[in-house]
Amino acid sequence: MSISLDNVSFTAGNSLIVNGVSLTVQTGTVLGLLGPNGSGKSSLLRLICRLRKVRSGIVRLGESDVSTMARSDLARRVAFVEQQATTETQLTAKDVVRLGRTPHRSLLSPLGAKDDAAVDEALSRVGMEGRARQLWQTLSGGERQRVHIARALAQSPTELLLDEPTNHLDIQHQLEILGLISRLGVTCIIALHDLNLAAMFCDQLAVLQRGKIVATGTPQHVLTRDLIGDVFGVQAHVETSSIHGRCNIQYIIA
Amino acid sequence: MSGAIFRQSVWWAHGALAIAAFSLLALMIGLAVSIGEISIPLATTAKAVSNRLLGTTFELSRIHQGIIWDYRLSRALVAASAGASLALSGAVLQALLRNPLAEPYVLGVSAGASTGAVGVMLLGFGYGVLSLSSGAFIGAVIAFLLVAFLAAGAGGTSERIILCGVAGSQLFNAATSYIVTTSANAEQARGVMFWLLGSLSGIRWPDVYLAVPVTVLGFVVSLFHVRALDAFVFGTDAAASLGIAVRRVQVVLLGTTALMTATVVSMVGAIGFVGLVIPHAARFLVGPTHDRLLPATVLGGAIFMVGADIISRIIIPQQVLPIGVVTALFGAPAFAVILYRARRTA
Repeated sequence: MSISLDNVSFTAGNSLIVNGVSLTVQTGTVLGLLGPNGSGKSSLLRLICRLRKVRSGIVRLGESDVSTMARSDLARRVAFVEQQATTETQLTAKDVVRLGRTPHRSLLSPLGAKDDAAVDEALSRVGMEGRARQLWQTLSGGERQRVHIARALAQSPTELLLDEPTNHLDIQHQLEILGLISRLGVTCIIALHDLNLAAMFCDQLAVLQRGKIVATGTPQHVLTRDLIGDVFGVQAHVETSSIHGRCNIQYIIA
Repeated sequence: MSGAIFRQSVWWAHGALAIAAFSLLALMIGLAVSIGEISIPLATTAKAVSNRLLGTTFELSRIHQGIIWDYRLSRALVAASAGASLALSGAVLQALLRNPLAEPYVLGVSAGASTGAVGVMLLGFGYGVLSLSSGAFIGAVIAFLLVAFLAAGAGGTSERIILCGVAGSQLFNAATSYIVTTSANAEQARGVMFWLLGSLSGIRWPDVYLAVPVTVLGFVVSLFHVRALDAFVFGTDAAASLGIAVRRVQVVLLGTTALMTATVVSMVGAIGFVGLVIPHAARFLVGPTHDRLLPATVLGGAIFMVGADIISRIIIPQQVLPIGVVTALFGAPAFAVILYRARRTA
C-alpha cells in the first residue's frame, strides 16, 4: 500500500469540496482520477501532498500520516505536477529540472554528482536531453509539460501526482506523456478528463462526483454505460477495443 | 565529466567577477572619499585609512584626516550599505512575490517612514525625544506590520500581498500629504520634500554601525534562503511541493526586507530606483539563480549607490542634488541600454 485516504474531507469557504473520501492505491499502480469539472479532483491531489489541509480524515503515505511529516521529507517522497504552471523568469529546461533536487540538497551545498545524474536521467526519460539548454519561454506547451514531469522525476519520488498533465496538448503528445507515465513504475495518481485515455493507460480508476467517490476499480469494471450516464450526463456506448483490448467509449448525441 | 569541468570554469568566471566587483567597490569608495569641495588624492585617503585601521603613522594634515574619516568615509560606507540593502530587498521581493515590478517600498515601508518623519518634524510627536530617523523607522515598522496583517488576513497569495501593500502605501502617503498641507509652511515643506527624495548629508559613524550590520544580517538571512527563492519561480504551490515551508519563508524574508528597508529609509530617505532595477541588471549579468544573483545584486547596489552619491555632489557646483534624483536620472538610461542589449542577444 502506497497511498491511503481515510474518510478525508476538505472545505473551501463554506462549500464542501471533498466529502469523506476513502481510497487506497497499491505500490506501483497508476490510478486515474475521473470526474466532471468541479468534482474535487485537483483538491484531492493537493490534499495528498498537503498543499491544502484536510478538514477531517487522514492521508497516509505507507504508514506515515502526512500531516505529521516534515515538508522536506514529504517532498523527497511525493512529487506533484500542476496544471500549466509557468514563469516569466529566463530559466533553461535544465534549470527547471534542477529545482526537483531542492528537497535532496542541504543548505548552501552545491549540486553534486548524484544530483547531476538524477537531472540528466530525468531529462532523457522525457526525451528532452537535447533541449536542456533551451530557455523555458521558447518551449512549446508539450515540451514544458515534459520538463515539468522531468522536474518531478528528478525529485526521485515514490509517488507521483499529476493534475491533468495532457491538458492543451496535441494527441501525439497526450499519448506520449501518458505512455511515459504508465511505464515509470512509480505509484501515480493522474487527474484526467479523457475517458478513453484513462482506460488505455490506467491500472485502476476512481470516479469523483460532487466530492464523493462513486466508483473504483479497473477501467473495465468502472467505465460502464450507466456510470457515464450518471456522472457525466452523457449517453455512451462502451465496447472492448479490438486494437488494444481496453474499453473504448463512443458518445451518442441525442 | 565535461559537465564538472564546465561548472568549474563557470565558478572560476564568477569568482573573478566577484573579485573585480569588490575591487570596483573599494575604488568607488576611495573616489567618494577623495572627491568633494576639498579634493583629496586617493593616496592620502589610503594613508588615512591605514593610519586608523593598521596603526601606521603616515604624516597627514589633521584637516584631511578629519574630512576623510569623520565625514566622507562614513558617508560612503552608508551609501554602499544602503544601495546593497535596497537592491537585495528588491531581488528577494521580486522572487518571493513573483513580480518583476516588486521593489523595497512595495509593502508600504517608505510611505510609513514618511508619515513617521513628518509626524516628528511637523507635528512634534515624541516631544523632542524622538529624532527624525527614529520617527521614520517607527512609521515604517507600523506600516509594514499593518500591511503584513492585512495580507495574512487576505490569504497571503502574491497578488494579495502586493494589493495590501498598495493600499497601505496609499493610506500612509495620504496621511503624510494631509499633515504637510495642514501644518507646514513653505520652508518646512521643502525640507520634507528633500528628505523624501533621499539625502546622505549628516551621516556619521553611528549610522555606519547600524547600517552595515543590518545589511550583513539581511544578506546572511537571504543566503540561507537561496534554494527557497529559486523554488518560488513556479509559485507557492510548486515551492511547497519541493519541500519549502512557504509560510515560514515568507514571514522571515518579508520581515528581513522590511527591516533592511526601514533602516535605510529612516537614515537616508526613500531613495528610489536602486531596489527595482539593480536586481534586473544583475540578472542579465549572472542569470536568475539566487546563489549567484544575490551576491551580484548586493555588490551592484553598493557600487551604484556610491557612484550616485559622487555624482550628486559634483554635478552642480556648490550644491548637493538629492540622491534619489541622481539614481533615477542616471540609472534609467543605463537600464534602458541594458534592456536594449539583452533584447538583441535573447
